[in-house]
Amino acid sequence: MATIFTHEFNTPVYKGKTSFNTGLYINGKFVEGSDKTTIDVTNPATGKVIAKIAEATAKDVDIAVTAAHKAFETTWGLNAGGAERSRLLLKLALLMEEHQQELAAIEALDNGKTFTWAMDLDTTFAIDTIRYYAGWADKIHGQVQETDEKKLSYTRHEPIGVVGQIIPWNFPLLMMSWKLGPALATGNCVVLKPSEFTPLTAIRMCELIDRAGFPAGTVNLVTGYGNTVGAAISSHMKIDKVAFTGSTLVGRKIMEAAAKSNLKDITLELGGKSPNIIFNDADLEQAVNWAAHGIYWNHGQACSAGSRIFVQSGIYDEFLEKFTEKSRSLKVGDPFDVDSYQGPQVSKNQYDRIMDYIQSGKDQGATVHLGGDRNGTEGYYINPTIFTNTTPDMKIVQEEIFGPVGVVIKFEDEDDVIRQANDTVFGLAAAVFSQNINRALNTAHRLKAGTAWVNCVNQLHANVPFGGFKQSGIGRELGEYALHNYTAVKSVQVNLGHVM
Amino acid sequence: MSSTVKIPVPALNKEISVSTGLFINNEFVPSVDSAEVIQCFNPATEQVIASVVAGSSKDIDVAVAAARLAFKTTWGKNVTGWERSRLMNKLADLIERDKQELAELETLNNGKPVAVARDFDIGDSIQCLRYYAGWADKITGQTIEVDNKSKMAFTRHEPIGVCGQIIPWNYPINMWAWKVAPALAVGCTIVMKPSEITPLTALKLSELVVEAGFPPGVINTVPSLGSVGGAALAAHNDVDKIAFTGSTITGRKIMEAAAKSNLKKVSLELGGKSPQLIFESADLQQAAAWAALGICYNTGQDCTAGSRVYVQDSVYDKFIDVLVSTVKETVIGDGFDNNTGGGPLISKAQFDRVWGYIDAGKAEGAKVVLGGERRNTKGYFVDPTIFTDVDSSMKIIFGPVLSIGRFKTEEEAVALANNTTYGLGAGLHSTDASQCMRVSGLLEAGTVWVNQYNILSNNVPFGGKSNQEYTSVKAVHWNIGEKLQWPLSL
Repeated sequence: MATIFTHEFNTPVYKGKTSFNTGLYINGKFVEGSDKTTIDVTNPATGKVIAKIAEATAKDVDIAVTAAHKAFETTWGLNAGGAERSRLLLKLALLMEEHQQELAAIEALDNGKTFTWAMDLDTTFAIDTIRYYAGWADKIHGQVQETDEKKLSYTRHEPIGVVGQIIPWNFPLLMMSWKLGPALATGNCVVLKPSEFTPLTAIRMCELIDRAGFPAGTVNLVTGYGNTVGAAISSHMKIDKVAFTGSTLVGRKIMEAAAKSNLKDITLELGGKSPNIIFNDADLEQAVNWAAHGIYWNHGQACSAGSRIFVQSGIYDEFLEKFTEKSRSLKVGDPFDVDSYQGPQVSKNQYDRIMDYIQSGKDQGATVHLGGDRNGTEGYYINPTIFTNTTPDMKIVQEEIFGPVGVVIKFEDEDDVIRQANDTVFGLAAAVFSQNINRALNTAHRLKAGTAWVNCVNQLHANVPFGGFKQSGIGRELGEYALHNYTAVKSVQVNLGHVM
Repeated sequence: MSSTVKIPVPALNKEISVSTGLFINNEFVPSVDSAEVIQCFNPATEQVIASVVAGSSKDIDVAVAAARLAFKTTWGKNVTGWERSRLMNKLADLIERDKQELAELETLNNGKPVAVARDFDIGDSIQCLRYYAGWADKITGQTIEVDNKSKMAFTRHEPIGVCGQIIPWNYPINMWAWKVAPALAVGCTIVMKPSEITPLTALKLSELVVEAGFPPGVINTVPSLGSVGGAALAAHNDVDKIAFTGSTITGRKIMEAAAKSNLKKVSLELGGKSPQLIFESADLQQAAAWAALGICYNTGQDCTAGSRVYVQDSVYDKFIDVLVSTVKETVIGDGFDNNTGGGPLISKAQFDRVWGYIDAGKAEGAKVVLGGERRNTKGYFVDPTIFTDVDSSMKIIFGPVLSIGRFKTEEEAVALANNTTYGLGAGLHSTDASQCMRVSGLLEAGTVWVNQYNILSNNVPFGGKSNQEYTSVKAVHWNIGEKLQWPLSL
C-alpha cells in the first residue's frame, strides 16, 4: 500500500527532511492505483529499496484521461486565458525555487547524480524552463492571411487537448519541466508517466503543481511501467498526442502504437552516438575539458553525450594523455559527498548493460585505455572508461552505451572524419573543436545532427531548440519550437461577401 | 541626499511617504544647479499636496550619463534576457504587493477612483510588466541563407541604447509601465520624465525599482517641466531614442528637436478625436453602454476617448434616449468615495479648457441633452455633457463631453469618421458581420473596435496611423461575447 515517503537528509552537502504522499496524482488528488500494487524505488548508491510508490495500470490511465478531458473542456484549454496560464506557471517556478534544495536532494537520492549537479544544473534549469514557458503562454499567435476584402482568413494555434508524456530517468525533474512547460503554456492537459526508476521528484512536483493552483485534471501523474502504462498512453484512443523521451527501441513502439490506435501526433527524443571532432588547431586544454564534460556529464547518461571522440593525428597523443589525466581526476563517489563529480549509474539494469558493452569492447579487440571496471563494492558505480584502437563496426562505436565510456578515434582527413561522424543511424548532436572559424562553421553545417556545438559540448538553454535528425527523434523541444508540438493550427475562413 | 514627504490622506486617516528628489543611479538626489520645485495638486480639493525637485537640463545630462554608463556596463548587452526577465517579474510582484498604497497615491494626485487605479491602471501595469518580462529572453533574430559555401548571415535584434521617455498625466502609473516594460525587456536604459502634473507615483515606483534589484542607472526618473526636461531629452545628443505620449502639439516639437539634434529614433502616441459609428442593426443597449464608457471612462481624459458618435438616422432618437439614460448613471466625484465612477479633471488649466468648449458649444446653438451645468464646489469636477446636432468640433476636448451627429448611409458614416487628421481609435456597432468587416477595413485608425470600445490587451499592439513603417499595423478588436455594464461595478 502506497504511503507517505519520508526521508531525513543528514549529509555534508544538504541537511533537511522531506515527506510526501506517494500516490498517483489524478484529478487533483493523490490516490492509490486501481490494483493497489506498488513499485519499489531503489537508491542506486546503495542498491537498497527506499520507498514504495503506488503503481498505475491501464485502468488508471483511463481515469486520468477522463479527468484531463473534463478539465480541458471546463477549466483549462482556452477557458483559461494566456495570462492566467502564465501566472500559474510563474507560481510553480516560484514554488520550485522555494523547494529547490529539497528537490535536488530527492533527485540525487533517487537517480544517483550528485546533489551539486542536481542543484546547479537540473533543478536550476528546470525552474528556468518553467519560467521561460510561462512567458510564452500569452503570446500564442496565429496569423491573418490576406486573400481578398470579402474574406477574413486567419489561423488559430489551439491547444491539442489531452497529451500523454513519457519521460526518462536520466534527468527526471528536468525532463518533466521540458514537457510540462510548453504543454501547459499552450493550454493542454497532461497525463504524464515518469520513469519507474526515478519517480520521486515527479510526485513531489505534483504537490507543488497543486499548491500553485492548477485546476484539477490539468496535470495527472501515472507512475507505472513502460509496458503497461506507457503502452496504454501511446495506444489510447482519447489521447491526442504523445511526447516521449527515451530509447530509440521504445520510441519505435510508441510510434507504432500511435499509428495503430488513433494516429495521434508524436514527438520523440531518442538516443544518440554523438561525435566530438577535435582538429589539430583546437584549443587543446579546452577541448580536453569539454570532451570530458561531453562523455562523463551525468555519468554518461545523456542522450547527447559526445561518446565518439575523433582526434586529429597532429594532437592525438597529447590529447589522449591530457584527456586520460582529466578522466582520472574525476572523483567517483557518494552523491552527497562534497567533492563527488560522478555518482552511481541509475540501476542494476543499466550497470549490467554498460559492463556488457565494456566486455564487448574487450572481446572485439579494442584497448581499454582507462577504467573499464566497477568502482567500489556497493552501489552501481563505474569508473570513467576510455577505449582506443577501435574499428567502426565495433558495438562500442556503433551503439549507445549510456555510461561513462568514451571511444577515442584518431583521424587525419577532414572530409573523411565528417563522413565517419555522419555514418550512424543517430543524429542528435555533434561537436567540433577548432580555432579556425571557417573550418569550425563549415564542419558544424555539414554534420547531420540536431545540435552542432562549436567549441563546447552538452550546453543547453531553455530558448534554444533541441532534437534529433534521423533515428534520434522527431520534433524539437525547447525554445519557441516546442510550442508547435502542442498546438494544432486551425484556419478560419470567414466569408463576408462572396456569393455562391 | 534624499528628502521624503509624508502626504496625508484624510479620507483614510493615513499618510503616504514619497521621496521627492530626482531618481538617478538608484538614489534620490537634489538638482545639481537649481532650487526649483514642482508643486503637486489634488484635483478634487485644489490643494497642494507635495512639492518635488524640478529637474533642470543639467540634471537631464547627469541622468543620461548614468543611463549611458549602465548601458555600457551592467545593462544592454551585458545582461542576459533571463536576468532582465527575472528583475522585471520581481518588479511586477512588488507593485502587486504595494498596489493599494500606489492606488491611493495615484488618486491623490490624479483624482481617479482608488478602485479603478488599483484594479485597472495598476492591474494592467503589473500584467504589462509580466508580459514583457516574458519576451525578454525571446528576442530572436534570424539566420538567412545567402550562399551556403561562403556565408553565414543572420540578424541580431540589439537594444537601441539610452531611451528618453516622456509620459502624460492621464494614466501616470499605466503609462509608466507601458514605456518602461518593452524598453527594459530588450535591454535599453531609461531616463523617464513623468508629467509635471503627476510625478508622485513615478517617484514611488522608483523606490520599488531599487528594491527589485535593478542596477543603478538602468531606470532614472527626472520630474521636470516639459519645456525644460522634456525639451532637453528630445534635443540630447546622447539619447538614442525618445518615446512620447501626449498632445500632438508637443509631439511635433519633439520630432523637430530629434531631427535637429542627433536624428534619434522617435515614437509618438498623440491625440485622437475618435469616432464611434452606431449602425441600425446594432444592439442599441450595448452600443450605448460602450459609447458611455468611451466618453466617461477616466472622465474623458483618454487619447482614444470616443468623443464623436454618429448614429444612423433610423435609430437616432431611440439611441439618444438610451444613451442619455445610461450616461446619466455615471457618478463623477471624489476618488476616495466608493460610489465614484470617475474623478475630477486633472487641473485648473484642463478644467478651464473643457468649460471653454462647453460654453462655445452652447453659444453656437448646439443642443445640450445632458449636463452642461457647472457645479459650485471645490475641485475640477465636470459632469458628463452631451451635445446633439452640432457641427462636430474637431478639436480634442479631453473631458467628458460628447458630440453626436447622424448619418444615412454606411459611406456617409465612414466619411464622417475619417474626416479628421487624427487616427488613433475608432469603434463601430453593428450585428451585420459583413458590414463589420467592410467598415473596420475602411476606418483609418490604429485600433478599430467592433461592438466594443476602449478595451486593450497588453499583447495587442496599439498606436496611431503610422507613417514610419512600410505597412501600417492596425489592431482589430472584434467583440464576440463581452457584455458591458455601465457604470462599471468596482
